[in-house]
Order: sequence, then structure tokens, then C-alpha cells
Amino acid sequence: MDVKEIRIHGRGGQGSVTAAELLAVAAFEDGKYSQAFPAFGVERRGAPVQAFTRISDSPIRLRSQIYEPDYVIVQDPTLLEVVEVASGTKDDGIILINSEFPPDKFELDTKANIMTVDATKIALDIIGRPIVNTVLLGAFAGTTGEINPESIKDAVKERFPGKVGEKNAVAIQKAYDIITGAKA
Amino acid sequence: MKIAPGGVCKPGTTRVNKTGGWRTYRPVYDYDKCIKCKLCELLCPESSVLPKDDGFYEFDYDFCKGCGICANECPKQAIEMVLEEK
Amino acid sequence: MTAQEVDKKKMVVVEGSYAVAHSVKICKPNVISAYPITPQTHIVENLSQFIADGEMPDCEYHNVESEFSALSALVGASAVGARTYSATTSQGLELMHEVLFNVSGMRLPIVMTIINRAVSAPINIWNDHQDSISQRDTGWIQLYAEDTQEAADMTAQAHKIAEDKDVLLPVMICMDGYILSHVYEPVVLLEQDLVDEYLPGYAPVFVLDPKNPMTFGAFAAPSTYTEFRYLQEQAMGVALKKIEDAANKFNEIFGRYYGGLIDEYETEDAEIIIMAMGSIIGTIKDVIDARRSKGEKIGLLKVRSFRPFPVEATRKALKNAKVIVTLDKNISIGLNEGALCTETKACLHNTNIDAPVIGYTVGLGGRDIPIHTIENIIDQAKEVMSSGITVESQFTDLREDLI
Repeated sequence: MDVKEIRIHGRGGQGSVTAAELLAVAAFEDGKYSQAFPAFGVERRGAPVQAFTRISDSPIRLRSQIYEPDYVIVQDPTLLEVVEVASGTKDDGIILINSEFPPDKFELDTKANIMTVDATKIALDIIGRPIVNTVLLGAFAGTTGEINPESIKDAVKERFPGKVGEKNAVAIQKAYDIITGAKA
Repeated sequence: MKIAPGGVCKPGTTRVNKTGGWRTYRPVYDYDKCIKCKLCELLCPESSVLPKDDGFYEFDYDFCKGCGICANECPKQAIEMVLEEK
Repeated sequence: MTAQEVDKKKMVVVEGSYAVAHSVKICKPNVISAYPITPQTHIVENLSQFIADGEMPDCEYHNVESEFSALSALVGASAVGARTYSATTSQGLELMHEVLFNVSGMRLPIVMTIINRAVSAPINIWNDHQDSISQRDTGWIQLYAEDTQEAADMTAQAHKIAEDKDVLLPVMICMDGYILSHVYEPVVLLEQDLVDEYLPGYAPVFVLDPKNPMTFGAFAAPSTYTEFRYLQEQAMGVALKKIEDAANKFNEIFGRYYGGLIDEYETEDAEIIIMAMGSIIGTIKDVIDARRSKGEKIGLLKVRSFRPFPVEATRKALKNAKVIVTLDKNISIGLNEGALCTETKACLHNTNIDAPVIGYTVGLGGRDIPIHTIENIIDQAKEVMSSGITVESQFTDLREDLI
């Protein structure tokens, strides 16, 4: 069974749980099975939080948390000082960090490939607010190829109908284009 | 008799359980003194002072326990407590 | 096309709590009364929204000031003939304790979702089964769901079982807090036309009505009290079959089945059989598949109905096992066993099944149960198979650095 496991690090209020859920919705639209769940801690704005998504070709029965992720998304680079975001990441995995800096600025204890995208800038430019969770999903689609960016846009537009969803969709495409350009 | 689900039953089942035999003194009613003030009916703890059509009262000796509240409170001394002969 | 493929076309990815709230709506209750408490909140928020949006025209949502009042309100509502629903968890369920006995004793078919959560102190909002297991003897049927689809489907089954004239017992649908209540996964939302076919309207035997006064919640003297309890026990006996019937009928109409009283996975030739309830079932199945591929004869007995306890079905499923493992997300302090361990041993005593039963207390207060925990337990069970039982029941994954 081919299961991909994704761990999202963020701070309370940054939409990590929403990002995990949107990823699950988008993956299902792609014809996969999916599962998204939070690891709730002290539920307050600003506290480090984690959310998880599993994507698989067959129904997912496993209910444990994710310890050896294929992919890690870091919404806020300041988390690197307080959380071991690379913990358990597979050697051939990818750690996607929201940062204006290139990947080589980050020294993490991992063999996984580190990628960065300035999601905050994209979000401010297009959405007008520093909400990066959906933008990072666009970059995730581009860097991993696990998911169709159109499915992510559909999931976001369904969750946030109207103007908000439309703007997010543009930002998602922008992040996708930037990261696929950076990869090529 | 079978127990219905949850023991749901018709109300008023204690009617078959007549408790008047507990009484030592029985209230006796003097119609000539009664002014139909209703105090006895209101104060009876056993609801055993029953109004009649003419506005006067009679006692339900099946349930009257002979407590004497009615006699004590009657402003016209229209009720007298008399020792039961058992 | 397999049933699974058919279902996949109908599936949507929603939160477990939404799937359950949707099922509640489709079952058309007349009165809902609940008090919000984490992690049950999303269910009642969704139900309030449905009602505010006019999607449940024949339902009244009673706002109350506590869980005690929530269930008390449903006692009255159920007595007047309403189909009734509530949901709670942890401290909320413990606060209902007194009313739980009234509901079952009055034989009111109230259905309630329990989002399983640990109990205080220490305060903890995460999942274990201590809350519902502590209500074991209150006379409620208790069913445990392994995933959100089962929890959603169980809602319709629960009404059917509870309202059966030969049962008339309240039902708790137990689902793991966060692990199931807050997970997003693909699920088929119950369809109105199929539920209408599956679940007829509630037709109460007695109705509380001022025009035809009846006594509900009557007094019972020593001369009759014993018989009240006996009749409840008898109804639980009937429920054994009705739970199976409800699961089979559901399968007929909806094409989904998770077991009746129990469900067996790879037990046929299993030497080691693991028993468990709730969301941990899926993880165990994954581990069993991996072990089976190495030729190890491991099986799983999922206990779906904890009350009534499926004594006969359990004995039958365990008759050829060499070692029986019970996993409990609850503990009876002072016996050092979880309820499933104790009940399993009790139901095997006085039979000719003499396989050792070893109990593990797992996942208390939301402690995650990773694959390697199950792997370790299986390895220990294999040792017991060769060298005999040494420890009857124990805590799992204890952090020695803290004690």
C-alpha cells in the first residue's frame, strides 16, 4: 500500500489544521483516499501546533500520529528554533519551509530535501493578508507532485466561497509556478 | 398484573390502599354552624374534606387520618373530634 | 463494481463530527438537548446550524444549563413520544450519571453519542474510554465505532435498536474523541430515502399526555423492584439479537457492515487473538496484515457491543485461540485491569477455553498508540504462548522517567 504521510507545523491560528483538511479534500478529489487530523495541544493562538494528512490509493485504517513523514510543511520559520520540524522525516522526503531565504540557509538534521517558498510575500501581494496555509499547499503540489493544484484550488474555493477563495486560488497558482520554476 | 415497560401505569393506584383505619378521632360536622368558608377543605392534608353540590362538606372517612386540623381551624367550631369506636 | 467502489463515488471528505450530525438530522429526531463540551462540541454546533437553517423543521433544540438538565429534558421529551438525541463526553457524561439510570429504568429509547474522552483529575481533553466504561452498569446499550463511517451509520442503527418494542433501552454510540470526532476522511453521508426505508418513525408504547394521565417513573417497592431489573436484563438479552438484526438490515439497504455484536478479522486459524474497541481497530488491522505476510497467525476480535456483552459470540470466536490479548483504554484502579480484560476473563471462566488472557492498558488521556506499541504487545503475546503467562494485566508504554 502506497501511503504518503504529511506533517504540517504551524502556530495556533495560522490554519495548519485547515491546511491538512484541505489537502485531504483535494487528494480525495484526485481519486485517492485521505485522512487529516490535528494534534491538539494547548489550544491558543501562537502556540506551536501540528496537523497531519495521509494520502493513499486504498482506504486508510491507521490512526496513529505521523512519526516518519514523507513531507513536512513549516508555516512559520521561527518554529525551527522551538520544534524539531525535521524529526523522523524520510531520507528521500521533502521539508517545505515558508521563508524568503534559499534552502541552504537552513541547517536541519535531516537527509531530506529542503525547499523554501516566500509564501508570506505571495499572500500579502495577492490575498492582502499574511495567511500562508493555502499558498503553501500550492507550493506543496508543485514540489511533491503528489496532488493536482487544480484540486487544491477547488477545495479552497469550496471552503471559502466567493472573493476570498478566488484570491487564494490565484495565490496557490503563483506559489505552484514559482516552486516548479525553482525546481526546474 | 404484569409490569409494563418502564413500569408505566394508570395513576391513582393508591385509592385501593385505604388509610382511614389509622384514625383515633373522627371529625363530625355540624351543618347548622358551618358558614361554607372552605378553610377545612383547603387545610386538609389528605384531601378528605369533600365539597357537596350545596356548598357544604362531607368527610371521606376512607382516607381521613383524624388529625383534627379542620376542627382546630374552623372559625365557627362546626367540626368536633369524636373518639372512634373500633 | 465492488460495494467499496460504489461508496467511493458517493463519498465526501468531511469531519467525523459533521458526518454524525448529518446522520442525526437524517434520523429526524423531534427533540435534541445537549450541552457543549470539548471534543463533542462540533456535533452540537452542526446540529444547531441545521436547525437555524431550517433543515430540521420537526425538531426542537433545547438549550439547557448543564448535561444533567440536557438528559433530564430528554426524559420528559421521550416520555411524550418524541424521538430524542443528545451528545456528550467525559465530565458531561459523569454529570449525567444519575439521569442515565432514570432513562434506562423508565425504558426510554434515547440515543446519545459519546465522544470518548478521559476524565478529570488531572484534567485532560484527549481520548480514552474511561467516561463511557464508568457508565457500564447504568443499563444503557453501548456500541463502539471504529471509524467515522461506522459512527455515522451506527446512529441510524442505534435508533432502530433502542426503539424496538422488545428492547426499549437507551443507546450510547461511543466514538473516540479527536481521533474520530475531528478527523477528516471520506465518508458516505446517510441518504434520506434509504434511512426512511431503514428506520420507521418512533411509535411509543406509552405516551405521557394530560388527556390520558399515566404514571411514568413509578415507585417500586421491594416486592417489585427486582422484577424491574430482571426485565431490563431480559431486554438486554433481546438486544443481543436486535443489534445483529440492525447491522444486517443496514447492510441489506446500504451495503455496509462492520459486524453486529462483534467483528472478526483473520481469526479463523489465529493463535493470538487481540480484542479491542473503537478507533484502535484500524491500526491493529494494519499490523495484523504485516504479521500475516510473515506467516504469523494473529487475529482481531473487535467488540462492537460492550453492553450487552456478547458472551456467546466471544466464546465462539476465541475457542481455538492459544493466547488472548485485551487492549483497554480504561482502567479499574485497584484491580489493575481494563473492563474488556475483566469481562473477557469472566465470560471464559466456567468454559473449557483455558487460553491465557493478558490485558494491556493503552492510550489513556490521548497517549498515541503507534504501530510499534501493537508490535511489542504481539511479541509479548508470542512469549506467553511459548512460556506461559507471567503478568495478567499491565500498563503499556509507561514513562519510567516520570515515576
